Amino acid sequence: MEEVKVIGFWASPYVYRVTWALNLKGVEYEYQEEDVFNKSDLLLQYNPVHKKVPVFVHGGKRIAESTVILEYIEETWPQNPLLPTDPHARAMARFWTKFGDDKKPDFFGFFKSAGEEQIKAAKEAQECLKILEEHGLEDKKFFDGDKIGMTDLSLGWLAFWLEAMEGAAGVQVLDVNSFPRLHAWIRNLKEVPVIKENHPDQTRLLAYFKWLREMYTKPATT
Amino acid sequence: MEEVKLFGAWPSPYGYRVIWALELKGVKYEYIEEDLSNKSDLLLQYNPIHKKIPVLVHNGKPISESHVILEYIEETWPGNPLLPSLEDPHGRASARFWTKFIDDKALPFAMLLMTDGEELEKAAKEVREILKILEEQGLGEKDFFGGNEIGLADLAMGLIASSFGVIEELAGVKVLNGDEFPGLCNWVKKFKENPAIKKNLPDPDQMFVYYKQKREMLINSRAALSYK
Repeated sequence: MEEVKVIGFWASPYVYRVTWALNLKGVEYEYQEEDVFNKSDLLLQYNPVHKKVPVFVHGGKRIAESTVILEYIEETWPQNPLLPTDPHARAMARFWTKFGDDKKPDFFGFFKSAGEEQIKAAKEAQECLKILEEHGLEDKKFFDGDKIGMTDLSLGWLAFWLEAMEGAAGVQVLDVNSFPRLHAWIRNLKEVPVIKENHPDQTRLLAYFKWLREMYTKPATT
Repeated sequence: MEEVKLFGAWPSPYGYRVIWALELKGVKYEYIEEDLSNKSDLLLQYNPIHKKIPVLVHNGKPISESHVILEYIEETWPGNPLLPSLEDPHGRASARFWTKFIDDKALPFAMLLMTDGEELEKAAKEVREILKILEEQGLGEKDFFGGNEIGLADLAMGLIASSFGVIEELAGVKVLNGDEFPGLCNWVKKFKENPAIKKNLPDPDQMFVYYKQKREMLINSRAALSYK
C-alpha cells in the first residue's frame, strides 16, 4: 500500500480539513506534527513555495494547499464522496469553500483588534456569517446537503475554532439568536463520529488563541 | 440545445479565462458585456453574493468565481481536457495548486497598476519574486504549466500573456524580461500562438487606453486618501 502522510500543526483548521477527509474515507495515514513557529527543514523542502501546513504526501509525491489536497483525496479515494455528483451542486460546494477562505480577513478581523476597531470588525464578521447562514446553508442539514461534505470540512473552523477565538477576544460574534441555522449545523457537525473523535482540545485552543491575541494586540514599542 | 451565457467585463483577465476555456472546448455561448459602474439587474440576480463577473449561466443556473466556473466547464464538457486525466491525480493537483497560487498573488500585480514611486518599486520587486517562482517551480522545463498542452493553470496565468505587458509599459517597469525569465517568455509566445487564444486576446492598443485611464484614476484616489 502506498504511504500516506500528513504534515500538520495541531491548531490548524486547514490541517483538520485534510485529516477529517481521510478519516471519513477510511484512509490510513501517518501524521507528523510540525512546529509552525520553528519550521523544520523537512517542511521547507516539502512546501518550498508557501512553507506552510498542511502538506500531503502520497506515494512519495507532495501536495500543498488544503483545498487542492481535498480535491486530490476525493479523486484518489472515491468512497464516501465529499462532493455531490451533480456538476452545479459541485460548483456550489467549491463556491462556498472559496467564500469561507477568501473572507478570512473579514471573519477574523475581530480577533486581531480591540476597542472601536474590534466593534467594526465584529460587525463585518457577522455580515459574512449572515451570508453563510441565509445563502450558503439555507435550510439544509449540511452545506452540501443531507450528509457531510467538502464545504462542511472547509467551514469546520466555525465549529471549534471560532468559539475559542471569541473567548480569547472577549466578544461573541456567532450568537444563537442571530444564527440559529449555523448553530444547528455546528451541533450536527459535532455529532458526526469522525468529527466527534477528531478535533482540537478546546481548553488548549483557548490558551493558544489567548497567547496569539496578545501578540496581535500588543502595542508597538517606540 | 443547451443555453450557455457568459457575463463578463472587458478586459477582465478573470472573464478571459472563461472565454478561453469555452473557446478551447468549442462550446457555443452568448457573451454579455457588463458595465461594472452600472451593474445590470440580471448580474445582481445571478451573483447576489459578490456582484462580480465572470458569471456563467448554463440552462438557467448561474455559477460565479472564475476558478469554480473553470472546474464546472471541465466537468460538463470533457472534450479537449484542461486537466490531466483522473489517472494522474497529482498532475491535476499541480494544476490546481498553480491556479490558486496566481489567484492568491493578485495584489502585487494590481499594485503595479495602482502605484508609483516607492510603492511601485516594492510592487515590482514582489512581482519579480512571483515570476521567479513561476519560472523555476511552476513551469520548469515544460512548455505550458499544464505540460505539453494548455491547461487550467495556463488560463489562470493568462493575464501575464495578455495584459501584463501593457501594465508594465504604463508603470514604466520591465519585469518580465527574456534574460531572467526565458521559460515564461517562451510560454507567453506559445500561449498566444494557440488558435483559440489568438482569436480571443484583448487588443493591446485598446487595453493601453483603458488601463492608462484606470491607472490615473487609481493613483489620484490613493493620493487623495493619503491627504485625508
